[in-house]
Amino acid sequence: MRTQQFERRQVLTFLGALAAAGFVVPRAAFANWDKAAFEAKTVDDALKALGAGTPASSGDVQIIASDIAENGAVVPVQAVSKLPNTERIAIMVEKNPNMLAAAFDIGPETIPEVTARIKMGQTSNVLVVVKADGKFYSAAKEIKVTLGGCGG
Amino acid sequence: MGNPMKIRAASKDGVTEIKVLMSHEMETGQRKDANGATIPAWFINEVTAKLDGKTVMQAQWGPSISKNPYLAFKVKGGKAGDKVTVTWVDNKGDTRTDEAMVT
Repeated sequence: MRTQQFERRQVLTFLGALAAAGFVVPRAAFANWDKAAFEAKTVDDALKALGAGTPASSGDVQIIASDIAENGAVVPVQAVSKLPNTERIAIMVEKNPNMLAAAFDIGPETIPEVTARIKMGQTSNVLVVVKADGKFYSAAKEIKVTLGGCGG
Repeated sequence: MGNPMKIRAASKDGVTEIKVLMSHEMETGQRKDANGATIPAWFINEVTAKLDGKTVMQAQWGPSISKNPYLAFKVKGGKAGDKVTVTWVDNKGDTRTDEAMVT
Protein backbone atom coordinates (compact mmCIF):
# COMPACT_ATOMS: atom_id res chain seq x y z
CA MET A 1 0.00 0.00 0.00
CA ARG A 2 2.75 2.33 1.01
CA THR A 3 4.66 1.64 -2.18
CA GLN A 4 1.60 2.35 -4.31
CA GLN A 5 1.00 5.66 -2.61
CA PHE A 6 4.58 6.55 -3.10
CA GLU A 7 4.38 5.76 -6.80
CA ARG A 8 1.24 7.81 -7.18
CA ARG A 9 2.91 10.73 -5.52
CA GLN A 10 5.89 10.36 -7.80
CA VAL A 11 3.67 10.37 -10.85
CA LEU A 12 1.85 13.48 -9.63
CA THR A 13 5.12 15.22 -8.91
CA PHE A 14 6.32 14.31 -12.36
CA LEU A 15 3.14 15.67 -13.98
CA GLY A 16 3.42 18.80 -11.87
CA ALA A 17 6.97 19.31 -13.03
CA LEU A 18 5.88 18.88 -16.64
CA ALA A 19 3.09 21.41 -16.18
CA ALA A 20 5.48 23.85 -14.54
CA ALA A 21 7.86 23.44 -17.44
CA GLY A 22 5.03 24.33 -19.79
CA PHE A 23 4.74 20.92 -21.40
CA VAL A 24 1.24 20.26 -20.17
CA VAL A 25 -0.70 23.37 -21.00
CA PRO A 26 -4.47 23.28 -21.43
CA ARG A 27 -4.14 22.21 -25.04
CA ALA A 28 -7.82 22.62 -25.80
CA ALA A 29 -7.50 26.35 -25.26
CA PHE A 30 -4.99 26.67 -28.07
CA ALA A 31 -6.11 23.87 -30.33
CA ASN A 32 -7.12 26.04 -33.25
CA TRP A 33 -5.96 29.47 -32.27
CA ASP A 34 -3.67 30.84 -34.96
CA LYS A 35 -0.94 32.31 -32.75
CA ALA A 36 1.25 33.53 -35.63
CA ALA A 37 -1.60 35.45 -37.24
CA PHE A 38 -2.82 37.02 -34.01
CA GLU A 39 0.65 38.05 -32.86
CA ALA A 40 1.53 39.57 -36.23
CA LYS A 41 2.42 43.24 -35.95
CA THR A 42 1.82 44.23 -39.54
CA VAL A 43 -0.98 43.62 -42.01
CA ASP A 44 1.43 41.85 -44.38
CA ASP A 45 2.61 39.45 -41.68
CA ALA A 46 -0.94 38.66 -40.60
CA LEU A 47 -2.03 38.07 -44.19
CA LYS A 48 0.95 35.77 -44.67
CA ALA A 49 0.11 33.85 -41.48
CA LEU A 50 -3.47 33.46 -42.67
CA GLY A 51 -2.22 32.20 -46.01
CA ALA A 52 -3.92 35.11 -47.74
CA GLY A 53 -0.92 36.58 -49.55
CA THR A 54 -2.15 39.72 -51.29
CA PRO A 55 -5.93 39.54 -51.36
CA ALA A 56 -7.73 41.09 -54.32
CA SER A 57 -9.78 44.15 -53.46
CA SER A 58 -13.44 43.28 -54.01
CA GLY A 59 -16.69 45.20 -54.03
CA ASP A 60 -18.40 42.03 -52.85
CA VAL A 61 -16.74 42.46 -49.48
CA GLN A 62 -18.36 45.17 -47.40
CA ILE A 63 -17.62 46.80 -44.09
CA ILE A 64 -20.64 48.32 -42.42
CA ALA A 65 -19.58 50.72 -39.70
CA SER A 66 -19.94 54.40 -38.97
CA ASP A 67 -17.23 56.71 -40.36
CA ILE A 68 -16.53 58.17 -36.94
CA ALA A 69 -16.31 56.20 -33.72
CA GLU A 70 -16.77 58.32 -30.64
CA ASN A 71 -15.42 55.64 -28.33
CA GLY A 72 -12.53 53.58 -29.67
CA ALA A 73 -13.08 50.95 -26.97
CA VAL A 74 -16.33 49.84 -28.57
CA VAL A 75 -16.58 50.14 -32.34
CA PRO A 76 -19.39 48.07 -33.87
CA VAL A 77 -18.37 46.60 -37.21
CA GLN A 78 -20.33 44.39 -39.55
CA ALA A 79 -18.39 42.40 -42.13
CA VAL A 80 -20.39 41.19 -45.12
CA SER A 81 -19.34 38.93 -47.96
CA LYS A 82 -21.49 38.55 -51.05
CA LEU A 83 -19.09 36.00 -52.53
CA PRO A 84 -20.36 32.44 -52.95
CA ASN A 85 -18.76 29.73 -50.77
CA THR A 86 -17.39 32.15 -48.21
CA GLU A 87 -15.48 30.08 -45.67
CA ARG A 88 -13.74 32.64 -43.54
CA ILE A 89 -14.04 36.30 -42.62
CA ALA A 90 -11.23 38.12 -40.82
CA ILE A 91 -11.31 41.62 -39.36
CA MET A 92 -8.10 43.62 -38.95
CA VAL A 93 -7.37 47.05 -37.51
CA GLU A 94 -4.27 48.32 -39.30
CA LYS A 95 -2.93 50.53 -36.50
CA ASN A 96 -3.69 48.36 -33.48
CA PRO A 97 -0.70 46.71 -31.76
CA ASN A 98 -2.34 43.32 -32.38
CA MET A 99 -3.98 44.12 -35.62
CA LEU A 100 -5.89 40.92 -36.27
CA ALA A 101 -9.08 41.27 -34.24
CA ALA A 102 -11.02 38.22 -35.32
CA ALA A 103 -11.26 35.38 -37.79
CA PHE A 104 -14.65 33.76 -38.24
CA ASP A 105 -14.93 30.31 -39.80
CA ILE A 106 -18.44 29.96 -41.01
CA GLY A 107 -20.41 26.86 -41.81
CA PRO A 108 -22.14 26.23 -45.16
CA GLU A 109 -25.53 27.21 -43.72
CA THR A 110 -24.23 30.37 -42.12
CA ILE A 111 -24.86 33.63 -43.96
CA PRO A 112 -21.52 35.42 -44.42
CA GLU A 113 -22.44 38.48 -42.35
CA VAL A 114 -20.94 38.88 -38.92
CA THR A 115 -21.21 41.71 -36.44
CA ALA A 116 -18.68 42.26 -33.68
CA ARG A 117 -17.40 45.11 -31.57
CA ILE A 118 -13.73 45.94 -31.80
CA LYS A 119 -11.25 48.21 -30.03
CA MET A 120 -9.38 50.88 -31.94
CA GLY A 121 -6.43 52.72 -30.42
CA GLN A 122 -6.57 55.49 -33.01
CA THR A 123 -8.02 56.44 -36.38
CA SER A 124 -7.17 53.57 -38.70
CA ASN A 125 -8.11 51.54 -41.70
CA VAL A 126 -10.23 48.53 -40.85
CA LEU A 127 -9.71 45.62 -43.22
CA VAL A 128 -12.00 42.74 -43.86
CA VAL A 129 -10.42 39.75 -45.55
CA VAL A 130 -12.68 37.04 -46.94
CA LYS A 131 -11.76 33.56 -48.06
CA ALA A 132 -14.20 32.26 -50.63
CA ASP A 133 -13.71 29.23 -52.89
CA GLY A 134 -10.11 29.05 -51.68
CA LYS A 135 -9.30 32.60 -52.82
CA PHE A 136 -8.82 35.72 -50.73
CA TYR A 137 -10.58 39.06 -51.18
CA SER A 138 -10.54 42.20 -49.09
CA ALA A 139 -12.04 45.59 -48.45
CA ALA A 140 -10.88 48.50 -46.34
CA LYS A 141 -12.63 51.37 -44.63
CA GLU A 142 -11.17 54.18 -42.58
CA ILE A 143 -12.83 54.72 -39.22
CA LYS A 144 -12.00 57.92 -37.38
CA VAL A 145 -11.65 57.56 -33.64
CA THR A 146 -12.19 60.60 -31.44
CA LEU A 147 -11.37 58.80 -28.16
CA GLY A 148 -8.82 55.97 -28.19
CA GLY A 149 -9.76 52.54 -26.92
CA CYS A 150 -6.52 51.35 -25.41
CA GLY A 151 -6.19 53.70 -22.44
CA GLY A 152 -9.06 51.90 -20.77
CA MET B 1 -16.13 30.26 -15.37
CA GLY B 2 -17.13 33.84 -15.95
CA ASN B 3 -20.63 35.22 -15.88
CA PRO B 4 -23.42 33.80 -18.06
CA MET B 5 -23.71 34.88 -21.67
CA LYS B 6 -26.85 36.48 -22.97
CA ILE B 7 -27.98 34.61 -26.05
CA ARG B 8 -30.92 35.60 -28.22
CA ALA B 9 -31.88 33.52 -31.22
CA ALA B 10 -34.88 34.27 -33.38
CA SER B 11 -36.09 32.45 -36.47
CA LYS B 12 -37.84 34.42 -39.20
CA ASP B 13 -38.56 33.50 -42.83
CA GLY B 14 -36.24 30.47 -42.67
CA VAL B 15 -33.28 32.39 -41.24
CA THR B 16 -32.18 32.24 -37.63
CA GLU B 17 -30.42 35.28 -36.23
CA ILE B 18 -28.17 34.56 -33.27
CA LYS B 19 -26.94 37.34 -30.99
CA VAL B 20 -24.52 36.70 -28.15
CA LEU B 21 -23.29 39.05 -25.45
CA MET B 22 -20.43 37.63 -23.41
CA SER B 23 -19.08 38.85 -20.13
CA HIS B 24 -15.28 39.11 -20.25
CA GLU B 25 -12.61 41.69 -19.45
CA MET B 26 -10.76 41.24 -22.77
CA GLU B 27 -7.55 42.70 -21.34
CA THR B 28 -5.18 43.55 -24.20
CA GLY B 29 -1.83 43.11 -22.47
CA GLN B 30 -0.97 46.67 -23.56
CA ARG B 31 -2.26 48.51 -20.51
CA LYS B 32 -0.29 49.30 -17.39
CA ASP B 33 -1.56 49.45 -13.81
CA ALA B 34 -0.98 52.34 -11.38
CA ASN B 35 2.53 51.06 -10.60
CA GLY B 36 3.52 50.93 -14.24
CA ALA B 37 3.44 47.14 -14.41
CA THR B 38 1.91 45.67 -17.55
CA ILE B 39 -1.48 44.06 -16.99
CA PRO B 40 -1.22 40.62 -18.61
CA ALA B 41 -3.37 39.86 -21.62
CA TRP B 42 -6.58 38.03 -20.78
CA PHE B 43 -9.06 37.56 -23.56
CA ILE B 44 -11.43 35.08 -25.17
CA ASN B 45 -9.62 33.52 -28.11
CA GLU B 46 -12.05 30.89 -29.31
CA VAL B 47 -15.80 30.90 -29.71
CA THR B 48 -17.90 28.06 -31.07
CA ALA B 49 -21.61 28.33 -31.82
CA LYS B 50 -23.86 25.36 -32.53
CA LEU B 51 -27.40 25.34 -33.82
CA ASP B 52 -29.25 22.11 -33.11
CA GLY B 53 -25.95 20.35 -32.41
CA LYS B 54 -24.31 21.43 -35.67
CA THR B 55 -21.37 23.85 -35.58
CA VAL B 56 -22.37 26.97 -37.52
CA MET B 57 -19.63 29.36 -36.47
CA GLN B 58 -16.12 29.05 -35.13
CA ALA B 59 -14.38 32.27 -34.28
CA GLN B 60 -10.83 33.01 -33.27
CA TRP B 61 -10.37 36.29 -31.49
CA GLY B 62 -7.48 38.50 -30.52
CA PRO B 63 -7.34 41.16 -27.80
CA SER B 64 -8.67 43.80 -30.21
CA ILE B 65 -12.21 42.56 -29.54
CA SER B 66 -14.02 44.88 -27.13
CA LYS B 67 -14.64 44.16 -23.47
CA ASN B 68 -17.86 42.18 -22.97
CA PRO B 69 -17.83 40.94 -26.57
CA TYR B 70 -20.87 41.03 -28.80
CA LEU B 71 -21.31 38.68 -31.73
CA ALA B 72 -24.22 38.52 -34.16
CA PHE B 73 -24.71 36.35 -37.23
CA LYS B 74 -27.41 34.60 -39.24
CA VAL B 75 -27.88 30.97 -40.22
CA LYS B 76 -30.14 29.53 -42.92
CA GLY B 77 -32.62 27.13 -41.42
CA GLY B 78 -33.33 26.61 -37.78
CA LYS B 79 -36.76 26.77 -36.20
CA ALA B 80 -38.40 27.73 -32.94
CA GLY B 81 -37.39 25.30 -30.21
CA ASP B 82 -33.96 24.49 -31.69
CA LYS B 83 -31.12 24.69 -29.25
CA VAL B 84 -28.30 27.22 -29.64
CA THR B 85 -25.10 26.40 -27.76
CA VAL B 86 -22.25 28.88 -27.47
CA THR B 87 -18.87 28.07 -25.92
CA TRP B 88 -15.92 30.37 -25.35
CA VAL B 89 -12.37 29.60 -24.26
CA ASP B 90 -9.98 32.29 -23.06
CA ASN B 91 -6.19 32.44 -23.21
CA LYS B 92 -5.95 31.25 -19.58
CA GLY B 93 -7.84 28.08 -20.48
CA ASP B 94 -11.04 29.19 -18.76
CA THR B 95 -14.21 28.24 -20.61
CA ARG B 96 -17.93 28.76 -20.42
CA THR B 97 -20.88 27.26 -22.31
CA ASP B 98 -24.43 28.61 -22.38
CA GLU B 99 -27.58 27.54 -24.18
CA ALA B 100 -30.71 29.20 -25.47
CA MET B 101 -33.80 28.20 -27.43
CA VAL B 102 -34.60 29.64 -30.82
CA THR B 103 -37.82 31.67 -30.66
